[in-house]
Amino acid sequence: MSVEAITITLVIITFAIYTGIGWWSRVRDTSNFYVAGQNVPTVANGAAIAADWMSAASFISMAGLVAFLGYDGTIYLMGWTGGYVLLALLLAPYLRKFGKFTVPDFIGDRFYSSNARAVAAIATIFISLTYISGQMRGVGIVFSRYLQVDIIVGVLIGMAIVGFFALLGGMKGVTWTQAIQYFVIIIAFLIPAFAISYQLTGNPVPQLALTGSDIVDRLGQIQVDLGMTEYMAPFTDLSLLNVFMITLALMAGTAGLPHVIVRFYTVKSVRAARWSAVWAIVFIALLYLTAPAVGAFAKYNLIDSIANKPIEEVENISWVEKWETTGLLQFDDKNGDGMVNFTGGEDNEVVIDGDIIVLSTPEVANLAPFIIALVAAGGLAAALSTASGLLITMTSAVSHDIYYRIFNKEASEKQRLRVGRITLLVALLIAAYVGINPPGFAGEVVALAFGLGAASLFPVILLGIFDKRMNKEGAIAGILTGLIFTLAMIGMILSQSIFGTDEAIIDSFFGINAQGVGVVGMVLNFIVSFIVSRNTAAPPVEIQQLIEEVRAPEVDDDSEIAAGKEE
Amino acid sequence: MEKSDANKMLDDKQERYWKKNVRLISSLLAIWAIVGFGGGILFAEPLSNVSFFGVSVSYWIAQQGAILVFILLILTYAVRMDKLDKEYLEETKKEDKKTG
Repeated sequence: MSVEAITITLVIITFAIYTGIGWWSRVRDTSNFYVAGQNVPTVANGAAIAADWMSAASFISMAGLVAFLGYDGTIYLMGWTGGYVLLALLLAPYLRKFGKFTVPDFIGDRFYSSNARAVAAIATIFISLTYISGQMRGVGIVFSRYLQVDIIVGVLIGMAIVGFFALLGGMKGVTWTQAIQYFVIIIAFLIPAFAISYQLTGNPVPQLALTGSDIVDRLGQIQVDLGMTEYMAPFTDLSLLNVFMITLALMAGTAGLPHVIVRFYTVKSVRAARWSAVWAIVFIALLYLTAPAVGAFAKYNLIDSIANKPIEEVENISWVEKWETTGLLQFDDKNGDGMVNFTGGEDNEVVIDGDIIVLSTPEVANLAPFIIALVAAGGLAAALSTASGLLITMTSAVSHDIYYRIFNKEASEKQRLRVGRITLLVALLIAAYVGINPPGFAGEVVALAFGLGAASLFPVILLGIFDKRMNKEGAIAGILTGLIFTLAMIGMILSQSIFGTDEAIIDSFFGINAQGVGVVGMVLNFIVSFIVSRNTAAPPVEIQQLIEEVRAPEVDDDSEIAAGKEE
Repeated sequence: MEKSDANKMLDDKQERYWKKNVRLISSLLAIWAIVGFGGGILFAEPLSNVSFFGVSVSYWIAQQGAILVFILLILTYAVRMDKLDKEYLEETKKEDKKTG
């Protein structure tokens, strides 16, 4: 069997499992409707959060980004995990205590305003759309490689499958499917990492091999020999200012991601929310501690197998040939010497898309076809679990928060469902379009979604909990300032790829690039909402009571603490 | 339990609970900032000359160490809040006995 045949078989098997579990949990849900998911143990819920959270960007792009950025890849490693600390400590327990279904619901009720609800819903849609585009691109890359089709066809196939799963799992109780998807993701990520780590360093534990062996030194040495930057040195690809800003943007944005926050509404208590967060970070860290090792190994292997070899010989390697047909790997013999010059300068002859690093790693390292197939299945699981979470979030923002709560309070279940389905379809089409014409790697597209989240939702949710004096005027002014500023800056800095201008309208915002500019939007959001709220009327008494209520401990004789239950 | 009166704001005990909670969060976030932004970014250059198991200490913090610290922070929060909940519950029980 060829690698492609094994991959397709494995993908079909895993999809059949997801479909089966989706069906099984749906059947169970009819017997206990709204408590669905609340009987799920915190470990499983943690795994589901981890799968929802770890997207195609974490699985497919991140190690590749780290491989190319070296030290500066920390923006993704620390950014995406550090934000989780903010979410677990500052937001999740209180939002659970508040007990609404969506983020716009919290903002609409806390700031007693339909306008606030609408603005939050629009921010949710913007963020989720940007984020899902990254997923579509990830799915597209996997399909284009293993079906050997153009990436456009790959994105379209991915769109059809993601749509199918979102419709199927659109009901409650996707938790178990996502928990299973987590295990597919992590096994697919770890097995090749173990194998390559053993091959390169003699130590089978990649998380330890990063420090315990000389692999980073060796990589640093060959990079310098080839005229690239030193791998371990900080700020060679991004300035200190940008590393700082992007990391912070990713952290605050992570905490403000609506589709992840929503997961904490489905747990049974505040305490369960805290412990779900613990399990989720453990599961997430398992992949994130491995990624820097995979990045270093992959870069080393890649350079080792193609640099300074005859182009003809390289192009005959099976994986090179297959990635070349996807257009994600290209050689251009600029100096006509017939050799592959892989350097950091002008004379570089290799154009490689960072997104193929993780997917090609097992092939580059000559691992068994089964492992190659496993990685493809893992990449799809990562993209699918996140995409369905995002589609549901977006659909509920439109059909529940905007259509039902604002425009048509009389809307029947059926009408809302129809609006939801139309939203789903439109969202998929836009996502596919952006997936085909992206403004960067899947990881960078996703990073922009985080910037928008940091600038809009994170500050108002935080102030809604911790600042009792914050009122609707302040919140709306803040969220609009943050969102408009960040969108405008991203639009101007990336105008070449977004609007097709000849040159970028501005290079950066005082040295801060498009990915980090969300932090400036966030700071403006905090300042504007503070000033506006202090110069307008305090929120009504019942809202102040609501906040007090959220702050009070959730403890009584029936709680787990009283029963002496330990985790 | 005794908090059934909807018009009542937080009582002293709840106020104390919230203050302790905020203090715990602040100290955990201080560690979060010092390790992540300090060790991983602001002091990356000076720390990159210090070696740690074959790599520089700032490289290790930025790519692995900070993540381990983040896990510990979230775990500490869950454990300490369990303890805080328990204390609150015991205080409530004592008061119930006194009044009832």
